[in-house]
Amino acid sequence: MSRDDLKATFFAECEDLLEQLSEGSQDMIAGSADDDTVNAIFRAVHSIKGAAGAFGLENLVTFAHCFETVLDRVRSGELVPDTDALHTILRSGDMLADLVELAQADSTEIPEAMPAILDKLNELSGTAAEDAGDAAADMGADMDFFGFQPLVLDPLGEEGDEDTAPAQAGETCFRIRLTASSDLFRNGHDPVLLFSELAMLGHVETRCDLSALPEADAFDPERCYLNWDLTLRGQMTEDAVRDVFMFLEDLCQIEAVDDPGADGAEPVPDLPPPSVAEETAPPQVEFRAAAPRETAPAPIELALAAETRAPVAAEPVNPAKGAAKAASPVPQTTLRVDPERVDRLINTVGELIINQAVIAQKLQETGLASNSDIMSDLDDYQYLARELQEGVMAIRAQPVKPLFQRMQRIVREAADSLGKEVVLVAEGEGTEIDKTLVERLAEPLTHMIRNAVDHGIESPEKRIAAGKPVMGTIRLSAAHRSGDVLIEIADDGAGLNRKRILEIAVSKGLVPADAKLSEPEIDNLLFMAGFSTAEKVTNLSGRGVGMDVVKTAITTLGGKVTISSRPGEGTLFSISLPLTLAVMDGMVIHAAGQTLVAPLSSVLETIRPRPQDIVPYGREGRLLSIRGTYVPIVHLGNLLGFTCGDEISSENILILIRSERSGHVALAVDEISDQRQVVVKSLEGNYGAIEGISAATILGDGRIALIIDTDAILTLAGDLGRDVALIEETQHGKTAAMV
Amino acid sequence: MARPQQWSEDDVLEFVTLKAGGQSYCIEITQIREIRRWSPVTALPQAESAVLGVMNLRGAVIPIVDLAARLGLGKCDASPRHVIMVVAVGDKTVGLLVDSVSEILTVSGEQICEAPAMGRGDVPNSILGLISIEEGMSRILSPSVLLPSVLREVA
Repeated sequence: MSRDDLKATFFAECEDLLEQLSEGSQDMIAGSADDDTVNAIFRAVHSIKGAAGAFGLENLVTFAHCFETVLDRVRSGELVPDTDALHTILRSGDMLADLVELAQADSTEIPEAMPAILDKLNELSGTAAEDAGDAAADMGADMDFFGFQPLVLDPLGEEGDEDTAPAQAGETCFRIRLTASSDLFRNGHDPVLLFSELAMLGHVETRCDLSALPEADAFDPERCYLNWDLTLRGQMTEDAVRDVFMFLEDLCQIEAVDDPGADGAEPVPDLPPPSVAEETAPPQVEFRAAAPRETAPAPIELALAAETRAPVAAEPVNPAKGAAKAASPVPQTTLRVDPERVDRLINTVGELIINQAVIAQKLQETGLASNSDIMSDLDDYQYLARELQEGVMAIRAQPVKPLFQRMQRIVREAADSLGKEVVLVAEGEGTEIDKTLVERLAEPLTHMIRNAVDHGIESPEKRIAAGKPVMGTIRLSAAHRSGDVLIEIADDGAGLNRKRILEIAVSKGLVPADAKLSEPEIDNLLFMAGFSTAEKVTNLSGRGVGMDVVKTAITTLGGKVTISSRPGEGTLFSISLPLTLAVMDGMVIHAAGQTLVAPLSSVLETIRPRPQDIVPYGREGRLLSIRGTYVPIVHLGNLLGFTCGDEISSENILILIRSERSGHVALAVDEISDQRQVVVKSLEGNYGAIEGISAATILGDGRIALIIDTDAILTLAGDLGRDVALIEETQHGKTAAMV
Repeated sequence: MARPQQWSEDDVLEFVTLKAGGQSYCIEITQIREIRRWSPVTALPQAESAVLGVMNLRGAVIPIVDLAARLGLGKCDASPRHVIMVVAVGDKTVGLLVDSVSEILTVSGEQICEAPAMGRGDVPNSILGLISIEEGMSRILSPSVLLPSVLREVA
């Protein structure tokens, strides 16, 4: 493994550790923290510090060290954190995440807020401020620098008085002398793993022989100075025991003992008496030995209890390296897989589905009866292919939890800088959505959460005046709804100030002054480009880019965002998103001899117009008269340049599509042939972006069909005829009401 | 005649020769992914005239360029007798519609002549060098000319 690989692993682990940290500190704030929680946080910080030290990331080490000192005091009960202290702990967690991010970007920059937080931490840890600066230097001398962590070897189970437990009938007893060669660690062996493996076979007693341990100055951390005497009792064969030591054959002696009962109580004769061992390793002193430096974060540490004959079972306590996890009896394994591999798999499965469609189509063309054997086999094939696809998609699915946790931080920071008290309540964190969606949702969600804190939640004074609790609540929830993911952001603030919104929209010329808009229409003005209600520009929201950016981002992901609000009670934003970007529901249409796919999510209805429904407008424009309103009609073939100047007639079928930005448009097409799931293929890999086309897909006959980008189509349509855009403007209100 | 710089005298090179617009061209064999029969393509809106459309190549969407049209030799009237050469240019894959594919030429670097500079049009810029063959000469195509123009600046 190269250093870069190691570093990549380090950062991947940091991500997990930071997540644990964030989760733990949330619990502490919520008051639901127990000792384990504090320990978990401490260990997370400690692990980051240790590994950061190995990579010489000094900022990170310095900070983590101070943070850890405070956590250690909390852990030991010296410090009972008050609200302020908890706050500092939360902040420190955020800062640590920042530092990790900076380190990942190879930056040694010190974040602005770091000195202030360090001061606070030092206050809490009771050390002087100047100490902090030296911390990194001190670390060098400190063994902790290498990230050693005590691994406490807990007794296995509660089997009563094990020392004197008589041998059961049929039990065998083995005595094993493990004489470790000094190269034990260099070869990558870890005795803890061996012991825990033995513990799975039966009852183990270990005795560690420390007599070979040199004085500290002669100590070589890469060498193993320990020898062990093990007594193993239980129903097992000698082969099973030998198997455990398979790779250590030369290093240990195994002997079966005839009289296990008597043997268990007697010390092994050639061992030094227990008192000697105790002198070398006084009670509770942690004895450390290091793994080879290359794998520095995987130390072996045996905390020897005073009792020299402590039965041993290894229970690795949050090992710095995942490897040691294998030791726990029921390992919960997860895979870290290069996303590219998963994507390849998804692509291949997509191919399989297309291929299945091709075969189905060809078989149908042969005129086989639909109840014939081969057709029912084909149905099975289709079913299996779908199953496979769903399974593969599930690999990419990730819970929204990390995303939601990031939002906790956003709320904290936003509330702090605005002097508000806000708590974020997250629900449905386990909801899984496609990894890409999780990533691309981060930005719009951040924006919306900030908005909710900035504009949604009132100032404490106003809240008190309104008889609400001072603490504002933002509820962020995720759930699966009929094939979509529904994400809701609800605040219990003042609700939208519709009067003000309308005023602004009028003053910015977004709507005519005399426009009569319904409440939902006013709410939707928020999503218009260039709209921002912030009366002063804060550094949180109100930079002129506002909800329209959010809406565009969500739309690009194939989702929808809606808003609802009640004065005095709060505002609710709902985002509904497809589960995945790789597959979508589409309507297969034909226009100008081409087969195209329209995303079903933007199709409102399909219409076969009567001749009188098509009204000429200007020289070439046509409007569709529908339920008393007029919608511009656009000839799709002409618009995309496949044909030129074709007339729109009642022969055409009209597809009414919704646009996120500007009303509706009816697309004139020749035929609608199908509605189906299509696998989305990017055009940009080998070609490039095409205006009006979002991607391509492969149809049952193996040919490519282009997927139209409804928003871009509308923009294109706007370019074709200003008249159309004009009429659309004046009709906007009515059109929106119609749907 | 001078040799183009990218090949040294003792390089042994393999080229696939092809006919487009009635002329003989060749492409280095390492760039060629596969050769397949022409099948109808899906037209792209707003595409330049030399880009016929896109084709499904085992799940990848690849653009098909009419090589004769690209070289200014007139549009090719595609029929099942025509051939698509799938070539890799950088990290892009492009299909070229050509009249036919003839043979594999094995030549040494010294057999490659520099393309004479004449007429500053698009065509000479697309030729890297010349190879003499039995029935005349074959022109070595520059990879960048093979891409649709929307991609050429990035390639």
